[in-house]
Amino acid sequence: MSDSPAPVLRAEGLVKTHYGEGAPAHAVRGVDLSVRQGEFVAVTGPSGAGKSTLLHLLGGLQRPDSGSMRLDGERTDAWSEARWAVERRKRIGIVFQFFNLVSNLSVADNVELPALLAGVAPRQARAGREELLGELGLAGKERSMPGELSGGEQQRVALARALVNHPPLLLADEPAGSLDSKGTREVMRLLSRFHQRGQTIVLVTHDARLASAADRVISFFDGRIADDAELAGTPSRGTGISGVLELRD
Amino acid sequence: MRLPLLALLARGPAHGYELKQDLEQLLGSAYPQPNVGQIYVTLGRLEKQGLIEGEDVEQASRPNKKVYHLTDTGRQALRAWFEEPEDEPRVRDDFFMKLALAPQTGLAEQIALINKQRRQYLNTMRDLSKLAAAEDRDNRIAHLLIEGAMLHLQADLDWLERCQEELEELE
Repeated sequence: MSDSPAPVLRAEGLVKTHYGEGAPAHAVRGVDLSVRQGEFVAVTGPSGAGKSTLLHLLGGLQRPDSGSMRLDGERTDAWSEARWAVERRKRIGIVFQFFNLVSNLSVADNVELPALLAGVAPRQARAGREELLGELGLAGKERSMPGELSGGEQQRVALARALVNHPPLLLADEPAGSLDSKGTREVMRLLSRFHQRGQTIVLVTHDARLASAADRVISFFDGRIADDAELAGTPSRGTGISGVLELRD
Repeated sequence: MRLPLLALLARGPAHGYELKQDLEQLLGSAYPQPNVGQIYVTLGRLEKQGLIEGEDVEQASRPNKKVYHLTDTGRQALRAWFEEPEDEPRVRDDFFMKLALAPQTGLAEQIALINKQRRQYLNTMRDLSKLAAAEDRDNRIAHLLIEGAMLHLQADLDWLERCQEELEELE
């Protein structure tokens, strides 16, 4: 359809090679990817497949050697570091495996900071923070320091920080990678909930359970997309769920 | 379903429909609902084998119901069941055979087979996630059942990933 809105994200021919000691690592080797508004896309694959590098390229944390990207139809190729930093506050929220909270700021300040930096009025930033923390089950933790919280709680603070400016795109890099299974389920539940409200999400994970919360799963191998599968609406063939759950006689 | 029914009867006598309800309550909505007909058939077999005994109980204005209790032989069978560890789960042999034999036939590609299989597992994983979200939070047994199924699938997916890593190198 020609009149459908531009994809939230469109990447063409992305290439990124890391040059360190030893042989060059071809982390991303020619990736085309389009993410529509409201989609929840998971990128899975073994560690070292380059999926985190891909996410970093999408968030402007690293620059591709070649290839191009568009956010909401706008080319990002010429964006400076400063421009990317601004866009990461407004248009792109990111959560990382190790939370990356500012350790000497309170929970409340961690969440409000990106809003204030984006020019939101202090009162409004506070209201946004209160709403998100309440929603994420962190009411009462505003004055805590990140180090006083559990991993699962810290990741929820990071999620609140990433979403406080209502970015059209949320990127998540192994968000449950350092959490126990309870924390993992919590992150999964929250991502699903924000997705149901229309949040566009690109999630990188090696955990198939987490990936299954998405409605599209991209299998990433050796720097390339090996498979790109829509999960929603494709009824399982074979025995599916009853086959795996049924206790046999 | 033989041994689970025996195990339910270890608590005390019950009739077929009660057993169905007990199973449902224990295992939650996650477990495919046991068919009551299947339960009656199994109870009949258990009775024939002398593991349980049935007794007709008259009911006013309704047909008789049969209440079963565990026999000594049944209790022994149950003990033996708990005594023995279970067999390991098996690698998906049919898929493995397809993967191993595909190159010789020229009819299918290994990577395509892996992708197809992965899609199926992921869809089932998604169904399981939904089921877990819908299941009563307090029913620990039901959640453990779902989580067990998810971890098995996760292992199968990890193995597919290994297959893909190895086989893509060859291409």
